[in-house]
Amino acid sequence: MPEQAQLLPGTLDLLILRAVALGPLHGYGILLRIGQISGNALLIEQGALYPGLFRLVRQGLLKTNSGTSENNRRAKFYELTATGRKRLREETANWNRLAAAIASALSVRPEEV
Amino acid sequence: MNFLDSLHLRFAALFQRSQMNAEIEDELRSHIEHRADDLERSGVDHAEALRRARIEFGGSERFREECHEALGGNLIDSLLQDLRLAFRLLRKSPGFGFAAVFTLALAIGANAVVFGIMDGLILRPLNVPHPQSLYGTEYGDYSGFQSYPNYVDLRDRNRSFEDLAAFNFVFVGLDTGNNPSLATGYATSGNYFDVLRLQPYLGRFFHSSDEHGRNSAPYVVLAYGYWHSRFQDDRGVLGREIQFDKHPYTVIGVAPPDFRGTVLFISPDFFMPIVNEEQVGPENVLDARGNMHGVFETFGHLKPGVTAAQAIADVNAVGASLEKTYPKEVSHKASTLSRQGLTSFSGAARAFVAGLMLLAGLILLAACANLGSLFGAHAADRAREVALRLALGSSRQRILRQLLTEAMLISLAGGTLGVMGSVALLRRLSMWQPFSGAPVHIPVSPDAKIYVVALVLAVVSGFLFGIVPVRQVLRANPYEIVKAGPTGKVGHRLTVRDALLVVQIAICAVLVTSSMVAVRGLLRSLHSNFGFEPRNAMLVGANLTMAGYSADKVPAMQKRMINAMETIPGIERVGFVNNYPPLVYASGSRANVFKDETTDLRQSNIAAMPYRYEVSPGYFDAAATALLAGRTFTWHDDKSAPPVAVVNRDLAVKLFGSVTDSVGAYYRMQDGTRVQVVGVVENGKYLSVTEDQQPAMFLSALQSPSSAAYLVVRSRRDPQELGAAIRGKMRELDAGLPVTIDTWNSLLSVVLFPSRVATASLGVLGMMGAMLSITGIFGMAAYSVSKRLRELGIRVALGAPRAEVLQAALGRAFKLLAFGSAAGLFMGILASRVLAFIVYQATPRDPLVLTGVVLAMALLGLIATWIPAQRALAVDPMILLHEE
Repeated sequence: MPEQAQLLPGTLDLLILRAVALGPLHGYGILLRIGQISGNALLIEQGALYPGLFRLVRQGLLKTNSGTSENNRRAKFYELTATGRKRLREETANWNRLAAAIASALSVRPEEV
Repeated sequence: MNFLDSLHLRFAALFQRSQMNAEIEDELRSHIEHRADDLERSGVDHAEALRRARIEFGGSERFREECHEALGGNLIDSLLQDLRLAFRLLRKSPGFGFAAVFTLALAIGANAVVFGIMDGLILRPLNVPHPQSLYGTEYGDYSGFQSYPNYVDLRDRNRSFEDLAAFNFVFVGLDTGNNPSLATGYATSGNYFDVLRLQPYLGRFFHSSDEHGRNSAPYVVLAYGYWHSRFQDDRGVLGREIQFDKHPYTVIGVAPPDFRGTVLFISPDFFMPIVNEEQVGPENVLDARGNMHGVFETFGHLKPGVTAAQAIADVNAVGASLEKTYPKEVSHKASTLSRQGLTSFSGAARAFVAGLMLLAGLILLAACANLGSLFGAHAADRAREVALRLALGSSRQRILRQLLTEAMLISLAGGTLGVMGSVALLRRLSMWQPFSGAPVHIPVSPDAKIYVVALVLAVVSGFLFGIVPVRQVLRANPYEIVKAGPTGKVGHRLTVRDALLVVQIAICAVLVTSSMVAVRGLLRSLHSNFGFEPRNAMLVGANLTMAGYSADKVPAMQKRMINAMETIPGIERVGFVNNYPPLVYASGSRANVFKDETTDLRQSNIAAMPYRYEVSPGYFDAAATALLAGRTFTWHDDKSAPPVAVVNRDLAVKLFGSVTDSVGAYYRMQDGTRVQVVGVVENGKYLSVTEDQQPAMFLSALQSPSSAAYLVVRSRRDPQELGAAIRGKMRELDAGLPVTIDTWNSLLSVVLFPSRVATASLGVLGMMGAMLSITGIFGMAAYSVSKRLRELGIRVALGAPRAEVLQAALGRAFKLLAFGSAAGLFMGILASRVLAFIVYQATPRDPLVLTGVVLAMALLGLIATWIPAQRALAVDPMILLHEE
């Protein structure tokens, strides 16, 4: 297993939104998808996913439908709402700005100052 | 999402708790099942896969709570949960719950009662319109007495008051046509009700316009309470004629129900114009400028815009000019303004309430210390449970909230119990009439203010001491605690709990010491030398004016009364004293005396101001006052003989230097009369038992007769039986004469009232202190025994003797007890100096008190540690070794 990084606070919500944007998923599926899209580089406590999910549902960014999973089990499927899609766009732009700024700040060499 | 939606969701969440839980459970289960499916696919068997899935998932309890919070249903919900848990926990340790609630109830109850008394006596203004601008005038020494002519001048010359009213107390024989009885009233200036801005309940009040000089206004206004009890709410009483001391008066009105006069303690039966006071009271009240007992108090509303300071300056200016104009009669003392209602008592009342507040504060402090150690011990007992919850993923914040909920629950229960007790006590107090026959009442009435104060106190103290164990919880390391078991460390470090216990015991020892000092002081003052012997003496009060005797018939009737008493079998001695005997109703008048050689009888040349009594022949024998030199009075010391006096030792020494020099010597009275001293009697107490030695002079009652007198009757017969015999004899003499018959000792209760009340309150507080220290020591001892049960078991198993086991179990508790008691005893001795002001002869340097306190504290320790000690001794090593 590659070395895993701790999540920054607040970034789990963004990852959930991103994972769900690729198609409706149930809880465990979201966890797997995040692992997949991040190349398993992030350390996520499994249980920590659910408070985030419930919060996003309450904020109206996600909506749920019940369905049957690929294992033939009944499960709740999460899906982005229109607000959720908009929020994902904004947060992604935000994150990119932030990441770029931090990256450029950290890559500065003494002669460039 | 808008606000309404969110609100809706929150409520929905609250009511759909079970649905929400099911939702969370479904999700978590679904997750674990999916994960287990994956694991199974990689070749693990089903059960093992589920187990691993659960472990990977992590602390599910924490995530459940977080989900709850995320769903927005948590605040009220978790409060209910906390409450349920708190109830369950308290049921599991009823000892802790009971001790904590009881401790708090005691402290809150005591403080609520004291607050109620303070509210009634000091905070609450009189029940009249606009009490804020109503002021009484009083001198710097808290007395409001004035002479009537001085009052009239003050009323007419001051520029600060809208109007000034005055009143005095009168005691009359009231006759409505059938049965003469005694009644207490106010003789008031005509403007009294107008100054107070009161309206009558029935009929009309009298006014300034009704006053046309001496005895011109024979009107009476009844107090509502008296109208109710004596006249059965009869509206037809208006216009009826009743008799005061055989003088006809017309009932013109009834005062409003909530008006009980302008002195808080003493509610009058009726109000009459002061211009008629001489018909029912002493003569010369209206003219004598030197008679400072003509008016009890003057008061009025300040004019708008006039400050209190300006008014004080104004009143003092009038006083100074009166002194200049009438140097013989007036000596002006610095005046101040006072709040109406307590004048003449305010100093004493304030000191009393302040003392009570201090003591009640101490009780609260002790109770808080007690609560602190109780909560600390409770939390330590629960350390394992708390650790388990932490380990299972409950947040520390949640656990703290739960602890505080428990503290709140206890403080509310304790506060409620305390308030209920205090309200019951205050109700009793407001109904209480300390002296039969005197219309004295304590003006307290429990109201919302008291509930609020008590509740705030309860919540604040509960909160403060619920916090004590917080540090413990925050520092707790769940791993260590679960591993090590509940024994914990039994180090010899002094903990916060130990310090709290010492503080608490010290405070309780202070209270116990003070109450013992007070009780001892009271006992001594009951048996000290008053200069007369109150035991085996009856006092028969009769005011001949009430039966219509004119001044010239008074001496003959009084002699007939003495002779009649002497015919009753078993009566040894009889004599009488005019007005009041020493120490009765704290009433006494002083006179100015001058040395014989003084010719200019101005106030600054006064040699002494002795208490003045007029007594009959035989009085000193009847009162059992010892004669030191010379002779007492005979029936020949009457108006035709030269004026003579008997003085007490103090006055003899003040005037003449020694007892022997004074017999046969002369001194002068204010009016210039030369009086010859014929005898000297022992010193005594005159106004109060705590007074410093005062001079006193006794004049012959035959030379200055008065219609109001008390017969002193000495007899060893049973007071009940004797009283009946005396009443029968008096009825034979004059059936229309109201008499009062009491033992001298029972009338002393009035002057002993302050020290009795102080002693009673201190006694109660001392008991509370004792109870608090019992719960405190008990809690500590029981806790330390249960903590070390295993260690004690091992000691017993290894064959330790009982004494050693006890030493191990309770040594610390006893050490703390001894330390706290010593500190408390020391502080109690310091505090008792303050007590000496209220309780006569209260001295802490009394071996009996010291041993008493030490014994009491040792006994308390014994009682409190008895049960834990039994438990420690009964320890069965086998069972303990089996455990865990």
